[in-house]
Amino acid sequence: MAQKKIKKNGFHPKIVAFACNWCSYAGADNAGVNRIQYSPHFRVIRTMCSGRVKPGFILKAFQLGADGVLVSGCHFGDCHYIFGNERAVELFEKTKKMIRLLGLEEKRLRLEWISAAEGTRWGQIIDEFVDEVTQLGPSPLVSEKTK
Amino acid sequence: MGDLTEIAKKTNLFNCLECGKCTSVCPISRFGGQYSPRLMITRSIQGHYDELLVDRQIWTCLTCGMCNVHCPSDVHYTEFTRLARIESNRSGQEGLCSHGGVFQSLTKIMTSSNLKQNRMDWASSDLKISKGGEFLYFVGCLPYFDVFFSDIGVESLEIAKSVIKILNHLGIEPVLLPNERCCGHDLFWTGDMINFQRLAEHNVAEIKKSGAKTVLFSCPECYRTFKLDYPQYVGELGFDVIHLSEFLAGKVANNALKFHALKKGVTYQDPCRLGRHLGIYDPPRQLLTQIPGLTLLEMPKSREMAICCGTSCWTNCDLTSKQIQLGRLRSAKQTGADLLVTGCPKCYIHFKCAQSDQNAADEVKIEIEDLATLTAEALI
Ligand code: FES
Repeated sequence: MAQKKIKKNGFHPKIVAFACNWCSYAGADNAGVNRIQYSPHFRVIRTMCSGRVKPGFILKAFQLGADGVLVSGCHFGDCHYIFGNERAVELFEKTKKMIRLLGLEEKRLRLEWISAAEGTRWGQIIDEFVDEVTQLGPSPLVSEKTK
Repeated sequence: MGDLTEIAKKTNLFNCLECGKCTSVCPISRFGGQYSPRLMITRSIQGHYDELLVDRQIWTCLTCGMCNVHCPSDVHYTEFTRLARIESNRSGQEGLCSHGGVFQSLTKIMTSSNLKQNRMDWASSDLKISKGGEFLYFVGCLPYFDVFFSDIGVESLEIAKSVIKILNHLGIEPVLLPNERCCGHDLFWTGDMINFQRLAEHNVAEIKKSGAKTVLFSCPECYRTFKLDYPQYVGELGFDVIHLSEFLAGKVANNALKFHALKKGVTYQDPCRLGRHLGIYDPPRQLLTQIPGLTLLEMPKSREMAICCGTSCWTNCDLTSKQIQLGRLRSAKQTGADLLVTGCPKCYIHFKCAQSDQNAADEVKIEIEDLATLTAEALI
């Protein structure tokens, strides 16, 4: 479904997906092991914990031309560092406000909790997100990035 | 790699007598041990300039300008640092970004021509602004600071709101630019001239389009950048620029501002951009002393001797920065003042941050307020 839409308007979004080492990255791995078919238009960056993803990381991704950014980590209570994902929520809310100020659509930013066993869910979320960002079109900030 | 001869000519580098005054007044050298402006110059002159360009220390200088003021041989050390950083930046070097690089990315994002910001939400209906007119207020990055530093109790937008309140009190309804960009001050001082040029062009074009004749600044960094640096890179501006303190000092002189009494002792932190860079020492003081009941208590090091707030361009914030900040806060407290008045939103943020340390002793606990906020508070 997602693939069809992408073909339609010829635009492939670039999505940066931050995944924590202990859950979400393993979740993405799980999706691969289980041969889940899903959109390839994302790049994973592994962090030790979702709490590591500072607003600066996300803005940098947009600065360098990302069309959307996904931050993912363990479910509440499962964080390897106990409260890292709670910190991630705080940072994420701050980033969201900054993204709003910059005039970027809030839908370009997403926070999800994906466990190591949820490979299918990882695939679904990426598909959904790619779909959404494709609808939004290229980020207005992309054009000048390389100059 | 680097061309020292050109830079040396522009900054009088070869005048250096190695007297070391720069190092003895440098706030970084005082606490940071390793860093010495004198040695940086000596190393460059003695043929190690290329080495310097890849050295971390080239990013250490606060560009506060203390050394320039004291140099008996008229060496422009801050300008030397800036020019060297341009070369260093070209080879891919950069300073250590504070706050995860958020402000560096932000300024670079602002160069994008498709940018349509949403930065006006704070201008509530009780603040009168107009769509067109001769008088424009350049807000700067305050909406972004407001979001980012809310957790250390800094409400940066209070400054912007206060400025509008003061202007309304004077019967002025300023124009605001809905898509105003960062002035590029930090890029200018960290050597990214390509992006700086872009921001300068965007801002000047937008202001020209608005038809404003006078642009008012509350941020000393924006003001310095517009006043001294933009004309060199984008030609004549075609509009006047003025800092809030200068503007208001003129107004208090003919009693246009009506104040009620504020019983307080205050001390004033000279921002380096406003003070040493632009020589504006008196206007903020004239403004403060006009508020009835307010007593101005000067710190031992004030005016051209004022110590910088410890960090610049959102880079290299470290233990040295903290020590400079705590030293300054201690000095402010020792004057016996109830309130430390800052004239720059960044000084305000840095001091607040230093105080937010849970181990900060009572000797650095002093209330801090921006010049604009205090002025607005005293208005009838
Ligand atoms: S380790 Fe996964 S969110 Fe903290």
